[in-house]
Amino acid sequence: MKRIISVLLENEFGSLSRVVGLFSQRGYNIDTLTVAPTDDETLSRMTLTTQGDDQMAEQIVKQLHKLIDTIKVVDLTEGPHIERELMLVKIKASDNESRTELKSCVEIFRGHIIDVTTHTYTIQLTGDSDKLDAFIEAVNTMGIMEVVRSGVTGIARGDKFIRAQ
Amino acid sequence: MENLSGGDALIRALKDVGVKHIWGYPGGAALHIYDAIYRQEDVVHLLVRHEQAAVHAADGFSRATGEVGTALVTSGPGATNAITGIATAYMDSIPLVVISGQVPSSKIGQDAFQETDMVGVSRPIVKHSFLVTKAEDIPATIAKAYYIASTGRPGPVVVDIPKDVTEPNRKVPYSFPNEVKMRSYQPSDRGHRGQIKRAIKALVSAKRPVIYSGGGVIIDNASELLISVARKLNFPVTNTLMGLGAFPGTDRQFVGMLGMHGTFEANTAMHHADVIFAVGARFDDRVTNELEKFCPFATIIHIDIDPTTVSKNIVADIPIVGTCKSVLAEVLSLLEQSNDEVDQDALSQWWQQIDEWRAKHGIYTASRYEDSYDDTIKPQDVIKTLYNVTKGDAIVTSDVGQHQMFAAQYYLFDRPRQWINSGGLGTMGFGLPAAMGAKLAFPDTDVACVTGEGSIQMCIQELSACSQHNLPVKIINLNNAALGMVRQWQDMQYNSRYSQSVYEESLPDFVALAEAYGHVGIRVTKYEELEEKMRECFAMKDRVVFMDICIDRSEHVYPMHMPGGSMRDLWLSKTERT
Ligand SMILES: Cc1ncc(C[n+]2csc(CCOP(=O)(O)OP(=O)(O)O)c2C)c(N)n1
Ligand SMILES: [Mg+2]
Repeated sequence: MKRIISVLLENEFGSLSRVVGLFSQRGYNIDTLTVAPTDDETLSRMTLTTQGDDQMAEQIVKQLHKLIDTIKVVDLTEGPHIERELMLVKIKASDNESRTELKSCVEIFRGHIIDVTTHTYTIQLTGDSDKLDAFIEAVNTMGIMEVVRSGVTGIARGDKFIRAQ
Repeated sequence: MENLSGGDALIRALKDVGVKHIWGYPGGAALHIYDAIYRQEDVVHLLVRHEQAAVHAADGFSRATGEVGTALVTSGPGATNAITGIATAYMDSIPLVVISGQVPSSKIGQDAFQETDMVGVSRPIVKHSFLVTKAEDIPATIAKAYYIASTGRPGPVVVDIPKDVTEPNRKVPYSFPNEVKMRSYQPSDRGHRGQIKRAIKALVSAKRPVIYSGGGVIIDNASELLISVARKLNFPVTNTLMGLGAFPGTDRQFVGMLGMHGTFEANTAMHHADVIFAVGARFDDRVTNELEKFCPFATIIHIDIDPTTVSKNIVADIPIVGTCKSVLAEVLSLLEQSNDEVDQDALSQWWQQIDEWRAKHGIYTASRYEDSYDDTIKPQDVIKTLYNVTKGDAIVTSDVGQHQMFAAQYYLFDRPRQWINSGGLGTMGFGLPAAMGAKLAFPDTDVACVTGEGSIQMCIQELSACSQHNLPVKIINLNNAALGMVRQWQDMQYNSRYSQSVYEESLPDFVALAEAYGHVGIRVTKYEELEEKMRECFAMKDRVVFMDICIDRSEHVYPMHMPGGSMRDLWLSKTERT
């Protein structure tokens, strides 16, 4: 099962490499990883996705928590949550026919065309990973040149929040 | 506020955190620090002959005392030489601070002379690490390093310091923090009350209980509480290799070590147990044998300070995260208040069963090996003689191999911190420097390093450091002229094809070697002489004595778990099995 794990950690020298190292050292896979400072610059917020059963997820959460820099670890998949990923796609668009088709696709998926050349469109799309996958599927035959995905970030739904006290 | 250079601030901070001894080895990136050491007298530096030994010696000191050990090395090769020592301490949760010099900040990343990314290289084998970027940060970083190393589940902490940070001409205000507070690190202490109550229920309703206690009890100084709980319940107790001494080895309730080379009675009792009370132990693969076949009837209560250890290998029915001390104290007080009584009939039947097992195949009750005679000295008899000569009171360190297992089986450790060995990593070369650390801490106690001719050669250069620092340890070399444990596996699994486990007459004359270092060497080849020569050895209180004891080369360690079996599936000798 896919897991989305949120980690709040000290924005210190080496803290990111300790998290990444932990995963390879313990034989867990990281599917995606995003990390950036928060409103408090001494803190980083990291979201990572991985596959595993309940026992493995529990171990991953505990192991992450054991890292000295870690302040909070939450397995978002355990409760209602929102996940978002950003994707940029560069795609062939040199004739009217393909431009029209692409435009309607982008509209359906509520994306934006953010750059245009005589030969290409660059499209920006946000959503959960399934939606991004579906878009790729839809435009697959139209000549994709490059795909860049940010990896998943996520937040719990409702009043719950993760913050250093 | 006083102004100090980074180098002076470091040594002052070490003093302020309570450090009296540093084990180390100098080099370019650490020279400002070494100069600071030279200009003061509060912190004593002990020069070793190899950085691995510096870390093992700090580790041995820590295991013997419970205090944090300290090592200091230079960058590059100094740092990488320390790695084996750090990994050894990490696996056994030993609190250490290892300070490494680093190339100057401006050169980091340039492949400078003697540059190694120490924080990177050591990352998977440290509890935490720091790269100090300015002299101002030194006192707070040192305070944090010792705090992290010694609290929660202890472990080694690396502090990497670029050379410019310890620069003598740049002085900064020095102040040592009164206390350490970290929002990201607050180790839990007390176990969950509800879980402890559930544990009490399970304990009092047990019919075939076993207390399985590990190194955590020793690390947490919880031995007395363990003994009180065990006495109150009258349950059998087994110790892991790391836990020996936490419960007295000569006690009637002690059923010996468990695991791969544990006693028949301990392993068999575990297999049949209906309640296992695991305290500060981690269900290591050398204990459990095949996980699927592990203790099929048992309700498992597991106390450990580290949440990741609980239910990692074996799912605990009653997990309790907390220090051994606080949880055992609560268990004891709840037991004393409780009206529930242990089923005494069931328990006495259980004891009867255990006593039968003990009588049948026990290593202390029945003789599990042939007698020594003439020039055939059995290694087990060497350990028994060592026990008698030292009146069971020595601190025994060991290396890794058959000799280690014989020492663990036949020296009955009655107190914690008396048995010092590399259980988790199994590091050959650990024994001698660890003995030096222990001897430094306890100059009036006999310290014996039980070793093999293979292991001792991995850190033998420290015989020189023993002279320099007056550390009269005794080396008990169980010389079987082979990498015995390797050869045992080759006998059992590779049809006695001794691939690279023998030395073809290339062994040194250990007596002459010891003498070359200025020590006493004693060779023993005859069983009749063993005890007398051992007495001679320990009578020389102020000398390092190297006893080279030529033992039976064909001896194997038994009992031994059969691969893929349950805990009770054991080889009892070369020909008998359960
Ligand atoms: C540094 C290191 N290298 C290799 C091993 C693998 N190993 C385990 S026991 C052993 C043989 C040890 O020989 P010796 O010290 O003579 O002890 P004996 O088994 O003969 O008593 C070896 C090579 C190890 N534990 N540590
Ligand atoms: Mg040997």
